[in-house]
Amino acid sequence: MIALLIRDLRLALRAGGGFGLGLAFFLIITLLVPFSVGPQSQLLSTIAPGVLWMGALLACLLSLDRLLALDFEDGTLDVLATAPLPLEAALAVKGLAHWITTGLPLVIAAPFLAVLLNMPPQGFAWLVISLALGTPALSMIGTFGAALTVGIKRGGLLLSLLVLPLYVPTLIFGAEAARRGAAGMAVETPLFVLAGMSLACIALLPFAAAAALRMTLR
Amino acid sequence: MSIWEYANPVRFLALSAKVQPFAWAAAAIGILVGLLWGFFGTPDDFRQGSTVKIIYLHVPAAWIAINAWIMMLLASLVWLVRRHHVSALAAKAAAPVGLVMTVIGLLTGAIWGQPMWGTWWAWDPRLTSFLILFLFYLGYIALWEAVEDPDTAADLTSVLCLVGSVFALLSRYAVLFWSQGLHQGASLSLDKEENISNVFWLPLIISIAGFTLLFLALVLYRTGTEISLRRARAISARLEPRG
Repeated sequence: MIALLIRDLRLALRAGGGFGLGLAFFLIITLLVPFSVGPQSQLLSTIAPGVLWMGALLACLLSLDRLLALDFEDGTLDVLATAPLPLEAALAVKGLAHWITTGLPLVIAAPFLAVLLNMPPQGFAWLVISLALGTPALSMIGTFGAALTVGIKRGGLLLSLLVLPLYVPTLIFGAEAARRGAAGMAVETPLFVLAGMSLACIALLPFAAAAALRMTLR
Repeated sequence: MSIWEYANPVRFLALSAKVQPFAWAAAAIGILVGLLWGFFGTPDDFRQGSTVKIIYLHVPAAWIAINAWIMMLLASLVWLVRRHHVSALAAKAAAPVGLVMTVIGLLTGAIWGQPMWGTWWAWDPRLTSFLILFLFYLGYIALWEAVEDPDTAADLTSVLCLVGSVFALLSRYAVLFWSQGLHQGASLSLDKEENISNVFWLPLIISIAGFTLLFLALVLYRTGTEISLRRARAISARLEPRG
């Protein structure tokens, strides 16, 4: 498992692996928002938590079609499916690698972008915590979506159509926690639900993803 | 004699052919009686005036929209566990019907909402959940269309339906948490306190029964079409010279 994780990370970090692409996308999306809604700092600070969550979600989505597609094309997935390591574990590791290369940089970058959007400083910690708790769920849901669509030619658009509705609950609770944090309200309830959802996704979705992948590879 | 006998497409089609005329006729009668009685035979509401009458379209459509998904969930489970092709095809056949009913529910709701709430759309929990349900239907149908191998398509859509159901339910509660609503509470429930008054109740029930029968008839018909399509494809594959 660790070998697989290191392999995935190394592939992602290598040139052409797409590492940093999600981060750059996140940056650009966030910078485009003031251009589209106007530079009033009052307005920006109100919508900042939601915008940052939305940007993080889209950045996660962007890198999903690379998650399994390359391994599918060169046959790595067939090897993984017949390997002694259960496919569920392999997919969980792939989700983890996706989170480390996409989710974690987003979490770290978020407070810097929050400054640009004039978010109240009291919300920075909650924004980071909510993203840190929520992005693992986004990665795991994305792994499931990628497993569903990996065998389909030009499945990228379809992947977005399938995954975005599944992102709804995570987005609602995550953005709600960040918003409440920025407004100085109590954040415990949405944060706990968010953490629970992430844990449930990590625990259960590898099984669904492995089932879907086996159907495609059969 | 068990229900699994009808997993055989021939048996299923025979039964379907017997049931369908009755289902179509009863659906037509139910919808006609329900709507006509509802539109002409019931008094205007005290506050809402005649706009209340759209309820005879709105509630049945919403009812089918939700129950079509539940039926697809059950059919998907049957397919995954027992591998009956009829079951997978029935789920496929039900999806567009559910999608259309969701759209009808949303549109009639908007038409009703405009005079009553002064807005076509509000980010109310019920409305938002329906919009999310609409997205789930779209994704499900798109996945069916995208996968070429029919058995793989049935497998993948079944898994999506299972996982999607969990997330749809989760979204429902997330949305409740997220926003307070304009929408009234349940129109019909076993708890009598909440029910709408008797004058409106009976035509509504008849209309719902009519829509349910219409759903049954449509799904039977469309499943039959899918089975014929599958057969036609098998025959043409056999006739094609091996390359």
